[in-house]
Amino acid sequence: MRLGFATLLSVTLALAACQREERDTRPQSSLGSGGQPTPVTALEPGGQRPSPRDNKAASFEANAFHLSEGKRLFGWFNCSGCHANGGGGMGPALMDQKWIYGSSMESIHATIRDGRPNGMPSFRNMIPDDQIWELAAFVRSLSGNAPSSAAPQRNDGMMPHPSENRMPDAATLGKSP
Amino acid sequence: MLACFPFLMAASESPSTPAISPPASAAPPDDAQWTMPAKNYASTRYSELAEINEGNVKNLQVAFTFSTGVNKGQEAAPLVVGSTMYIVTPFPNIVYALDLSKHGAPIKWKYEPNPEPAAQGVACCDVVNRGAAFADGRIFFNTLDGHTIALDANSGQPIWNTHIGNINVGETLTMAPLVVKGKVLVGNSGGEMGVRGWVKALDAGDGHVVWTAYNTGPDKEVLIGPDFKPHYDMDKGKDLGVTTWPPEAWKIGGGNMWGWISYDPDLNLIFHGTGNPGPWNPDLRPGDNKWTSGIFARDPDTGAAKWFYQWTPHDLHDYDGINEQILLDMNWQGKPRKVLVRPERNGYLYVLDRTTGEVLSAKPYGPVNSSKGVDLKTGRLMANPDKKTGTGKVVRDICPTASGLKDWQPSAFSPKTGLLYIPHNNLCMDEEGVEVNYIAGTPYVGMNVRMIPGPGGNRGAFTAWDIAAEKQAWSLKENFPVWSGAVVTAGDIVFYGTMEGWFKAVSAKTGELLWQFRTSSGIIGQPVTYRGPDGHQYVAILSGVGGWAGAIVSGDLDPRDATAALGFVNAMKDLKNVTTAGGTLYVFRLP
Ligand code: HEC
Repeated sequence: MRLGFATLLSVTLALAACQREERDTRPQSSLGSGGQPTPVTALEPGGQRPSPRDNKAASFEANAFHLSEGKRLFGWFNCSGCHANGGGGMGPALMDQKWIYGSSMESIHATIRDGRPNGMPSFRNMIPDDQIWELAAFVRSLSGNAPSSAAPQRNDGMMPHPSENRMPDAATLGKSP
Repeated sequence: MLACFPFLMAASESPSTPAISPPASAAPPDDAQWTMPAKNYASTRYSELAEINEGNVKNLQVAFTFSTGVNKGQEAAPLVVGSTMYIVTPFPNIVYALDLSKHGAPIKWKYEPNPEPAAQGVACCDVVNRGAAFADGRIFFNTLDGHTIALDANSGQPIWNTHIGNINVGETLTMAPLVVKGKVLVGNSGGEMGVRGWVKALDAGDGHVVWTAYNTGPDKEVLIGPDFKPHYDMDKGKDLGVTTWPPEAWKIGGGNMWGWISYDPDLNLIFHGTGNPGPWNPDLRPGDNKWTSGIFARDPDTGAAKWFYQWTPHDLHDYDGINEQILLDMNWQGKPRKVLVRPERNGYLYVLDRTTGEVLSAKPYGPVNSSKGVDLKTGRLMANPDKKTGTGKVVRDICPTASGLKDWQPSAFSPKTGLLYIPHNNLCMDEEGVEVNYIAGTPYVGMNVRMIPGPGGNRGAFTAWDIAAEKQAWSLKENFPVWSGAVVTAGDIVFYGTMEGWFKAVSAKTGELLWQFRTSSGIIGQPVTYRGPDGHQYVAILSGVGGWAGAIVSGDLDPRDATAALGFVNAMKDLKNVTTAGGTLYVFRLP
């Protein structure tokens, strides 16, 4: 019995270890100068073609470490000063289902890197590229677009809104399934 | 002796003997126009017009309307000069001249300054503009992206355009200029972006900068010299704008001037407040943080400071000190005094001697727990240690909020009643200090805020304050903060607007509601009244919700985030259910 339990325990631990996500603790230090073009419209004369996905998008999007880093950086780079904790202020709300320039990882990455004309600054020369991807992943979690197993949990201090891992998907909010 | 007695009784009962009145030089006889937002240099917002009165105001009806084409917060006061009305819109700051002599007031000219769109991102609290000023055949106004512009009032042709604000450090211009002795006085906004505050005087003729007075830093740059004689010891000393800060912090310390200026021609002094110190998190700036959250008296010719008084030393709660100051002459405890009345953001109604800066009275005009009063000996606000904010600490139920018991929304004074009519807020807040980095051109706040309705649950109030008696005469509760200005007339009517969109006329004596009209959007503008070319009295107001209080609607913010719009959204969650964005001028008259 005792042995069985221990075995079970070790197997469980081993399994958990297998599932553990990879942590990229040494992000690339290059600034946000990746140059992939990202369309800001759904209109393409001649018919819409799928735009190529960036390799990094997928690896950052569902990664708990990157998401929590994104949350920290959101305060560090004063994104929160303009967008509050997602509800907006000087800049638009980021937790709702409305996107001016697109909701994909690539679009948000481009928004942060290049800025947008009506007051979103370009962080091209300030934030390393990998950290921009972390920010993009966190921004998506604000509208419920991150796996709840990976998105940030409760704050230690004031809770401005339910924690990111409990945010409903803004796109389906208020609509019956 | 005995014979005198009944006469005295009668005198004290009669409200029509003005014991308090603005100095004639700062409030000349009414010409029935409206050439500056505050009506006159004394900032009374009082009109001698009386065609509309308590008996007939119920018949007011719309004379004409006009869409500004901009659905952002409309905080400006329309101006009326001769038979032309001038209005300036929020960003993109279009100026319209409307011809009042023609049926339906058609557009006479329109001027588009085309400000830099990026400016919208660094404006703390909606992209508002508080109006233009008229002098010597010119219209002067500011653009969000940092330009002061002079237009020919007749043709709308630009005469000069001076670039004085840099959006890349987060500097914007939102205030209405004041023109004094051929100088256009302008201050900057940006207290939430670590912008160093200043006031500039531009030559009205060609726009060149005559003087610049900073509100932090060395005396030389604050224009503090031998003439500077502050009343209280706390404001005396060399280079306090440097020494009351941690090293270099004054360079990014705020103290902006985005509110109101008054002018006393007899004393040859202008009076202007200074905004909050930055960042909001006080742990990053131990000290009194001079010369923020205070008031300066300056010589308009040179900018030289004459006195200063600090409403809120070492501000803990974003209590900008930039509200309007009403200049009045009155007997104070038996002696004639030249006073300056200020309903301040920190919750006190101050009466100052405007020749010296001495505080004669400071009484709360609504719920205040962030301080325990003002020590009239030292002049110092007694901060409540229980409400001290700091990094990693959540402090609850602080009243008033960061937006103050009253924000920019200007009050009006009637010499007929001796009452000051104060549109204001009734809100409290929780605050949590957080770490913050200074990155030029981004917010420098360091505080999570969430606001809640104040005691009683009404989020706003319209209060008439008896200045001589130092107490409230009457107060009307409003569901939302009263974010509009006020105007009072010789017809004993006070006009103000609500964020639901009601434009209201109440009795100046009793506060009784006499008439109201539902406009198309919430009102946060400044009402004005004038005599039209047809000889009749008109009342005008811009309707269009927004500003800090209404940013939830004008910026389409998400009410699920309690800290959105620096915490204001939490107190305004239901505003989206009662009004939508707009931008329409309404003008009323009797049938
Ligand atoms: C100075 C204020 C300011 C700062 C700082 C700021 N933003 Fe913005 N942001 C804006 C404004 C204003 C817009 C809207 C721009 C437009 O409409 O053109 C915006 C737009 C965006 C958008 C696009 C939203 C949409 O609907 O498409 C994203 C995403 C975003 N910001 C994320 C960030 C992140 C992440 C940071 C920090 C690295 C940040 N912002 C910092 C003001 C700011």
